[in-house]
Amino acid sequence: MTIKAKPTRDGYGDALVELGQRDERIVVLGADLTDSTRANRFADKFPERFIECGIAEANAMNIASGLSMAGKIPFVSTYAVFVVGRALDQIRTTVCYSSLNVKIAGAHGGISVGADGATHQALEDVATLRTIPHITVIVPCDYQETRKAILWAAEHQGPVYVRFGREPVPMVTDEDTPFVCGKANLVNDGSDVTIINNGPVLKECLDAVEMLKGEGISARLLNMHTVKPIDREAIVKAARETGAIVTVEEHQVMGGFGSAVAEVVVQEAPVPMRFIGIQDRFGESGEPDELFVAFGLKATDIAGAVREVLAAKKGR
Amino acid sequence: MDPHELEKLQSLARRIRCHIVELLVEAKSGHPGGSLSGVEYGVSLYFHVLKHDPKNASWEGRDRVIWSRGHVGPLIFSLLAEAGYFPVEELMTFRKLGTRLQGHPTTRCPGIEVGTGSLGQGLSISCGLAKAFKMDEAPNRVYCMMGDGEMQEGAVWEAIMFAGHCKLDNLCAVIDWNNLQIDGQVESVIGLEPLIDKFRAFRWNPIPVDGHDIGQLVEAYETAAKTKGQPTVILARTVKGKGVSFMENQAGWHGIAPTVEQGRQALLELGPSEEELIHGMP
Repeated sequence: MTIKAKPTRDGYGDALVELGQRDERIVVLGADLTDSTRANRFADKFPERFIECGIAEANAMNIASGLSMAGKIPFVSTYAVFVVGRALDQIRTTVCYSSLNVKIAGAHGGISVGADGATHQALEDVATLRTIPHITVIVPCDYQETRKAILWAAEHQGPVYVRFGREPVPMVTDEDTPFVCGKANLVNDGSDVTIINNGPVLKECLDAVEMLKGEGISARLLNMHTVKPIDREAIVKAARETGAIVTVEEHQVMGGFGSAVAEVVVQEAPVPMRFIGIQDRFGESGEPDELFVAFGLKATDIAGAVREVLAAKKGR
Repeated sequence: MDPHELEKLQSLARRIRCHIVELLVEAKSGHPGGSLSGVEYGVSLYFHVLKHDPKNASWEGRDRVIWSRGHVGPLIFSLLAEAGYFPVEELMTFRKLGTRLQGHPTTRCPGIEVGTGSLGQGLSISCGLAKAFKMDEAPNRVYCMMGDGEMQEGAVWEAIMFAGHCKLDNLCAVIDWNNLQIDGQVESVIGLEPLIDKFRAFRWNPIPVDGHDIGQLVEAYETAAKTKGQPTVILARTVKGKGVSFMENQAGWHGIAPTVEQGRQALLELGPSEEELIHGMP
């Protein structure tokens, strides 16, 4: 079966247009990457509510702070590498410390950025931002989930970070799939092991589940879009009911989504875990799929990690 | 300016200086130098220029003051207490566990718009506010209180470019130009000169004044309010530690509190009346 694919960034652009039509308070900030973040879709329709800040991300972040203090709902659009690389102090000490209603959109997350290489592939944004109090951190898996995350962010009072990617990814969820911040969706039930996915690697997880089924392994698959606040309930339930967990993310495994899951597991229901993600390396140039192979993010890698974690479970 | 009003503001300035000294002695830490240098432009703004309602701190029609130089809590909180945002007595809780008057200001304290303390951020925030008021065609003005040392932060120049480009004439920055920072003289650490020309080049309206002359300061604020098509910066030439002889022009008094004995000496110089002291002579 082939599933239609669309970039998650399109979900950002389209959600902004929906929001712009229904709420005058929505404003969007650009930092010279307006087309590539898809903020142009909003800028074309509502030019008077689009604020171009130029190549100055730190300034853009706090312009958003000021706009929010005057009652606007600002979305700052730039690449995820610059969000944490240039504007972290603004996010920590202004946006989050004062709990300002600023929405941060980090485009080009992960190695699937492809040919541009390591400088533009954000692999540490989630780990960095989730340590800051008051912020919500979401990594949607596909077009619809991104769209829904953005619509949710606009309703929520307080800072939100939503990370999305450059490349088309299979549309695994549809318009009717529920989106509740902080609540994982059960994609496939199973009893031997749980794969917990965060972000656009979901299709690889689905393929891994199919592969494992052929080997007689019953894998539960959870899609957990929200890194913070993490869905403790679903994690504990998975640990208790399946006894082994593999996390999947397009991000450094150090400090990222897998670490957030592990923090819950080790405290509440210790079970063997494996972490699929970037293993303390910088990214590289290449086609997205080649990079997924090179960095171990393919269905075969996930299935391999499942076999390992099951061996550990058995050996306990 | 009306001499009676001027006298009232000058007397208030003296009382604010006494509060700064008294609360620093009590807190045993904090920033006296930059607090004392900013008294006159602070008093002129809060007690003569600003549209605000201390009994209704979130009034929508208020002008906004962003303290980019968040380390001058003793000054900021003394101004807010005298304006009526909270009781003057509360100043003695500065920097103590559970206080609304944190080491650097936060939104827990009425009259504080946003937490600050990491330098170089306030002007960007002010630009956002000013831009929002422009979009809404609202009359609110935005004041950004800055230090000269923080002009070394790159993001400040991003904000200066933005404000000039967007013609934010509802924005007025005030720079405390005392030429001292922790490591020494600003001009020898990383010099800012020619600062007035730099602002002109960045499409701002710079107004240099004697930062301890309330008459000049009020006039500068009024000129800023009348200026169209450009943001204004009031470059207030000040003396760090102003009003306390042994603190004046001493970089060492940036971030340490006076002892009880030094506090008493400072207050003797400032000459408060008995009722102007919060807890009496230390």
